[in-house]
Parts: sequence; C-alpha cells; structure tokens
Amino acid sequence: MSRVKFKHQGIQQIKEGNYQPDQNLLEFDEKQCSPEELSFDVPVSGTVYGTLLNYKGEYAKLEPSMNEDPYKAPPKAPILYIKPINTHIGYDAVIPLPEGFEEVSIGAALGVVIGKSAKKIKKENALDYVAGYTIVNDVSIPHESFYRPAYKEKARDGFCPIGPWVLDRDAIGNPNELGIRVLINGELKQENTTSNLIRSVEQLLEEVTDFMTLYEGDVLLVGVPENAPLAKENDSVKIEIDGIGTLANKVVKEKVVVGGGIV
Amino acid sequence: MRHARVAYNGLIQNAMDTEAGIQLEDGRIVEESEVTWLPPVEPKTVFTLGLNFADHAAELSFKEAPKEPLVFLKGPNTFIGHRGETVRPSDVTFMHYECELAVVIGKTAKNVKKEEAYDYVRGYTVANDYALRDYLENYYRPNLRVKNRDTCTPIGPWLVDKEDIEDPMNLQLTTYVNGEITQQGSTADMIFSVPHLIEYLSGFMTLNSGDIILTGTPKGSVDTKVGDEVITEVEGIGRLVNTIVGEEAFQTN
Repeated sequence: MSRVKFKHQGIQQIKEGNYQPDQNLLEFDEKQCSPEELSFDVPVSGTVYGTLLNYKGEYAKLEPSMNEDPYKAPPKAPILYIKPINTHIGYDAVIPLPEGFEEVSIGAALGVVIGKSAKKIKKENALDYVAGYTIVNDVSIPHESFYRPAYKEKARDGFCPIGPWVLDRDAIGNPNELGIRVLINGELKQENTTSNLIRSVEQLLEEVTDFMTLYEGDVLLVGVPENAPLAKENDSVKIEIDGIGTLANKVVKEKVVVGGGIV
Repeated sequence: MRHARVAYNGLIQNAMDTEAGIQLEDGRIVEESEVTWLPPVEPKTVFTLGLNFADHAAELSFKEAPKEPLVFLKGPNTFIGHRGETVRPSDVTFMHYECELAVVIGKTAKNVKKEEAYDYVRGYTVANDYALRDYLENYYRPNLRVKNRDTCTPIGPWLVDKEDIEDPMNLQLTTYVNGEITQQGSTADMIFSVPHLIEYLSGFMTLNSGDIILTGTPKGSVDTKVGDEVITEVEGIGRLVNTIVGEEAFQTN
C-alpha cells in the first residue's frame, strides 16, 4: 500500500489516496478503482529538468565519439535541459505528433519530485529533499547530436506527459533499483532499470544542487535509457515503473487534436 | 508606460514610473532606493539566444554565424531583480556579463509569422545573462551549469510597453563596469531579429503570455570580479544595476 497525491482532471486541489501496485488499484474516498477509469491532471507544478547521458548504455553508445569533434572530451558535470510548461500534459492526454514527422521517441524517465528547497545538498541526506516519485515521458523528435541544446526536438507542445500521480518517497525503498518498461500498443518495446544509472538519484541531486537550487515541486528526471522506442500516429504508449504505476498516453497527429488536446 | 514589480514594507506589488517617483498600486509614491526590485515579470518559460550577434560569435572564435537560432532555456532560480547581488563562485576564472534586450510575450503565440510577430509582444526589459565560461562543455552547449546558476540572470528594472519603443531593432546596448564602458553594440546587429525569433520559436511550440526571450549579446564580454558594479543598459528601456559578490556572502562554504 503506497500513499499517492494526484489531481482529478479539472479540479485544482490535490487529492490523496493509496495505490496498490500488485493489483494496480487506486483507493480514495473509500472507493477503489483502476487508474484507467479516471482522468488525471499533471500532478506537479514546478520546473521539470531532464538529464542527458545518465544511463550507462546511453553513455556507452556516445563514448567512442566523446574525444572527437564537436564534443572533444567526455562530460564532467550533469548535462541538463528543461521541459517547459507547454510540454506538460497529464495521464491519458494525447501526445501531438507534429506536422512533417512520422515518429517520436519515447523517453521513459523516473521523475524525482522535490519536497523542499535543495541547494548544495549532500548525497548522504539527498532523499530528505525528495517528496516522491512520478513517471515522465520525455518525448523527443529523434536526434543524433547532443552538441547544441535540443529544444526544437524536446520542447514541442505536449512532449512531456507526467503522472498519473506523485508516489510518496517512503513507498520506494531504493530508487536506484526500479524496473522501467515501455509498451507500445501493448507490446513490450523497452526494458531497463535505474540500477543502470551512472549517477544515482542521490549523487545526481548532490551534483545538480551544487550549481542550482531545486525548489519544492520541481521535478528532476534521472535520465532516459538507451534505444528509446519510437511511436507513430495512433500508437498507445505506456511507461511502467516498478512500484510507481503506469503512465499511458496516445500519439495523435497535431492537426487532428481538438478539445482537450493542448494544441 | 514603464512597469515594475517591487517589494515595499512587506508587500509585493506592481508599480509604475511617474514624474513624481515610483507609484505603487496602493497609491504610495516612493523612491527607487526604498523598494526591493523584483523581476518585472515573474519568469516562467524563458528563452535565451546564444551567438546572436556576429561580432560576439567571432569573439568566441566561431568562424561561421549559426544557420538557425541557438536557443536554450532558464529556470526560475537564476533570476534576480534590479540592484540585486550575483554570486561569483570562488573557483571561476572567467565570468562575464551579457547585456541583452529581453522581449516579453503578451499573448499566446503559435505559428506566428514575422510580419505579425510584434502583435504578440507585450513589451521589453533589460537582462544581464552572466556566463561562467570555466564550466563550458560541449554537450547541449551552453548547459545549465554555465547559464542557469542561482542569481546569474538579473532582469529589469522596468517592463516597458511595446507602444513606447518605436524600433526595438535599433537600440544601443551598453555595459558599464564600475562606471567604465566595457561593451557597446546595437540590436540592429542581431543575426536573428525579434520578429524572426518569434516566428522560429512559435513555429515548433506555443509561447505563452509572460514568456521572455533574451535576444543575445554583442561583443565586449570581459571578466568581472567580486565587488564590481555592473550596469547593463538598453536605450530607452532601462539601466539594470547589479553587484558581484563572493560565495562567502551566502555562507555556502
């Protein structure tokens, strides 16, 4: 039984409930239901920061070219980017497929939700600053180069589904051993685990807050595993993270999205 | 009209510039030195342009001007108001200011064409986009460790209504360090103009009211030291005063 905080679609205040991962059941107000029966809003309101190259497999793929142009040397510090507010959508909202593109890449990310202002914190007590965890789909237009910030590929409308809820930190024993799976149209397309992170959740928090403050409600994505699956028009995309739940969205052509879509 | 956000006697409120002084929303008229200046717009999505002046790109040893805008984003932690203090970490050897025209979006913009771009502008302010070059690495360059540090993006003092600026693409940019002019340029020399940037950005994402675009800086970036007073000025828009302090001011070590 795990405590969760979520927002019903169209209702501002936060709701609390319990999630039973083994049966995929959400309990609130003395009711029990499956998450698929509900509509959720984005459960967080802070800045969402993504982290590049924090999975060993993703890093290994780029490693052979790290000493060549344009990179010239392996990275020293965490490489971050922002998923701005126009990208944020909730559980079950549609991911718009932009005109001129056939596919988007699905970035399955554990989102660490900050519980109080964190500046120059140490890894030993980093989890004291964490409120909980959520699931984030860091959607991108597929791109090869990591030299320049990839906002044209990563900051498109609806490119950051988040949810369905924030699971309390204490419901997860160790955030660095969570299995992550991506299913497209019900078929398993990717499987990885946060045990493959280069910087653990705690280490990442220490190194990021060394140069910038994370505030309550901000979300730090721990990274996206290598070989991100691609999704095309009308694909249903699910990201599962052990103990946290499932984030489900569908890809729909941008032009077709109306009413309830973000575009 | 010039608008500001200030804190005065424990209350955050909007203010405007009048001949008599700064008029607060509650009617009081106060002096510039009596208020705490906040960013004139509460920052949400804030875009910054890299290498948007040919002379600055050349100064940084880029042989060719970029073919499309080099855009990165900033988080809310980095912004401070007029007369604020910016931290210089003790291990840094090259930290330079960047005087920039900041464009504040006034309404939702998606797929806007250059010709209509100014319809989506609310006004302008001044930003100083400090860079800590020691931390530059070639991944999503320039990355947040260089460009999104706490206190490293002063902005303000005023949000100036669009109607008050006849031609935003012909404004002098000037930086003074301890009273000496160290950087001079003109928005006329931008590679990608304000209308072009609005067309570019709104072409792949929605811009919202209150979003801000920092449009890049001309050449003349020099190192700044603890104790320096740095004033970035955009003609007709304002003089943004900032002071560099050491880490010990924040008791972080």
